[in-house]
Amino acid sequence: MQKNFFSDEKSRGILYQTLVIGFFALAIWFIVNTTAYNLEKRNIATGFGFLNNPAGFDISFSPFLDYKSTDTHTKVYFVGVLNTLLVSFTGCIAATILGFIVGIIRLSNNWLLSRTAYVYVEFCRNVPLILQIILWYAILIQLPRIKQAPQIWETFYISNRGLYGPRPIYEDGFFIVTIFIIISFLIAFFIRRWAKKRQDTTGKQFPTFTTNLGIIILLPLLVFFIMGTPMTLEYPILKGFNFKGGMVIRPEFIAMFLSLTIYTGAFISETVRSGILSVTKGQREASGALGLKQNWIMRLIIIPQALRVIVPPLTSQYLNLTKNSSLGIAVGYADLVHGFGGISLNQTGQAIECMAITMATYLLISLTISFFMNIYNRSIQFKEK
Amino acid sequence: MNLENQFNTRKPPVATTGLIGWLRINLFSSWFNTAVTLLVLYFLYQIIPWFLDWSILSADFTHNYKGEKIIDRTFCSRVANPEEYHGACWSIIIVRFYQFIYGFYPVDQVWRANLTYFLLAVALIPLLVENLPYRRHLIKFTIVFPIIAFVLLYGGFGFEIVPTNKWGGLLVTLVLGVFGIALAFPLGIILALGRRSKLPVISMVCTLFIEFIRGVPLITLLFFGMVMLPLFLPEGINMDGLVRVLVAVTLFQAAYMAEVIRGGLQAIPQGQFEAAQSVGLSYWQMNRKIILPQAIRITIPSIVNTSIGLFKDTTLVIIIGLLDLLGIGRGALSDATWMGLSNEVYVFVAIVFFIFTFSMSRYSLYLEKKLKTGINMGAD
Repeated sequence: MQKNFFSDEKSRGILYQTLVIGFFALAIWFIVNTTAYNLEKRNIATGFGFLNNPAGFDISFSPFLDYKSTDTHTKVYFVGVLNTLLVSFTGCIAATILGFIVGIIRLSNNWLLSRTAYVYVEFCRNVPLILQIILWYAILIQLPRIKQAPQIWETFYISNRGLYGPRPIYEDGFFIVTIFIIISFLIAFFIRRWAKKRQDTTGKQFPTFTTNLGIIILLPLLVFFIMGTPMTLEYPILKGFNFKGGMVIRPEFIAMFLSLTIYTGAFISETVRSGILSVTKGQREASGALGLKQNWIMRLIIIPQALRVIVPPLTSQYLNLTKNSSLGIAVGYADLVHGFGGISLNQTGQAIECMAITMATYLLISLTISFFMNIYNRSIQFKEK
Repeated sequence: MNLENQFNTRKPPVATTGLIGWLRINLFSSWFNTAVTLLVLYFLYQIIPWFLDWSILSADFTHNYKGEKIIDRTFCSRVANPEEYHGACWSIIIVRFYQFIYGFYPVDQVWRANLTYFLLAVALIPLLVENLPYRRHLIKFTIVFPIIAFVLLYGGFGFEIVPTNKWGGLLVTLVLGVFGIALAFPLGIILALGRRSKLPVISMVCTLFIEFIRGVPLITLLFFGMVMLPLFLPEGINMDGLVRVLVAVTLFQAAYMAEVIRGGLQAIPQGQFEAAQSVGLSYWQMNRKIILPQAIRITIPSIVNTSIGLFKDTTLVIIIGLLDLLGIGRGALSDATWMGLSNEVYVFVAIVFFIFTFSMSRYSLYLEKKLKTGINMGAD
């Protein structure tokens, strides 16, 4: 049979791929050309030189870096990244705790309790997150003004400008306390390993949890007092229209934190529920027959097996939460998109550079989360021999 | 002799059926359970009466406590007399109801928007009702519905043109949702097939695209559409704001849709591919007639779930200044005559969204249940 060029699968594949490459090359050439022309016509500078120019605007929330409006756009970027990471990290932890609790409650045999949890899950899953953020923010700024702010033990004040509380001030010796905190965690880690090894070989059990909790709390506390309490608290004091001193958590952050936690927690609770349901009834009955206590069955049999099902969707929930933290722009939370991708972009006009950096940062954060969660996932999966 | 002493009389068994039995098993089975039940009851007692009172019993609808018709915020009972009245003031919704539903669509043309709403309902029927007569033909109408809707809403063909910046409220939300889903679905199929393609260049391009989109937040894509797209296009080509947003939303959801469909494709047993090829079907014939119908059928619940995500994500357009349902609400609040009624507006918008998304998620659950019992995947 005569071989036609187009009827041969291999040569046809090469043709298609050449066409695709050609099309993309052409499209990119076209876009680069028109963009260069457009930029020149609008007098927009190119390149990353603007990163070293002073930003010239204030950022309302920068808990880690000391930011002034004379600082550069690079610093704006880092403030934004840290704020994004702050709300994502705290949100992920809180959402996981909330999700696990609600997921277990959903399986409770108390009809009223599980139904109440169901209503929460359905309502929070089905209302757009940005609406929840705005709603929480609207509620928070309806709190009393600073002058009438309700107080708790004269240390915490709840006002429409945020939650005021004491600020710790570290003195010289506190560094040693920090070292001992790390040391106590290391000791706890080794005790756990030793106890596990001993149980594997001799079958004797060791109260690991209480011992470690004691070490982690008591050892740094002891050092803290030996060093002569090298930390004082600075309390907020009402002066005029505002508080002086102390620490403040802004309503933007609280609104973001609450809504991200509640929204993602509802999704996580569903994955937890399906994970626990995926462990077959026989497992529970078998462990009961072996005489394990009820909470041991949960901790040693059900949860480890459920985690295999829970962790992959949990990873994507963490990714979603991190990406959703960009919605802070709706209430003016100074995250990456609001500060660098928003105000810096508008001031410099260098949309392409700003958007590219912002997107690349989110990609990097997403990849990092996936990377660590994949390691964790591999460690809990079945080890098949 | 007393009979009672000879036999140990036992109490009648505890009810396990009927209302009492149900209560015993589900609410009061142990002291702990009873405590939990009472605690939840107390919690609900705190929340539900308060909410009912706020939203209905002591709320204003069209007239305030003095019986006056409410035309701006100062007439609301809770604004006029905050000491005694705390109820919601729904008048902001009632007065601006037209805006919430149509935006700034011209009043004399509003029949077109109404007709579109009606046709949307008609187009949904063949998707929802399984054993509808002539379903195959009615589906065709569903497929062409987006085109009809566009012509009806935008104009042309003898209709007066209504520019998209006059659209708003629920209309924009639904346009973004329906068009987004209608465009993202075919694009998602192509991306999923591309990612599984044996041709390395095509599979790489699709994989890169999908992973890139899934790695960045939607908001950055919307910014991309707003600030970067105009730079990429030659002069004179001015894309409509709504279209730019639609492009961003569609690309975003297509990437997620592609992953869902790829999951379905992976679930198809290898034998199906081999059988299709051995009867001499080409690549496209095989996918169209054998593989995709099965893959899409098992992924429909996940596709609906992705669509719910898209529908919720349409609210993000308020950040770039488009007036969807939430945008109209915020617009109403920034108006000095209605300022300070944010709770009412946001609760109303939340309820509208909840009605749409909750019914979609119920539909997806129903499909899931039906698919579990319904079909045999041919995996023998």
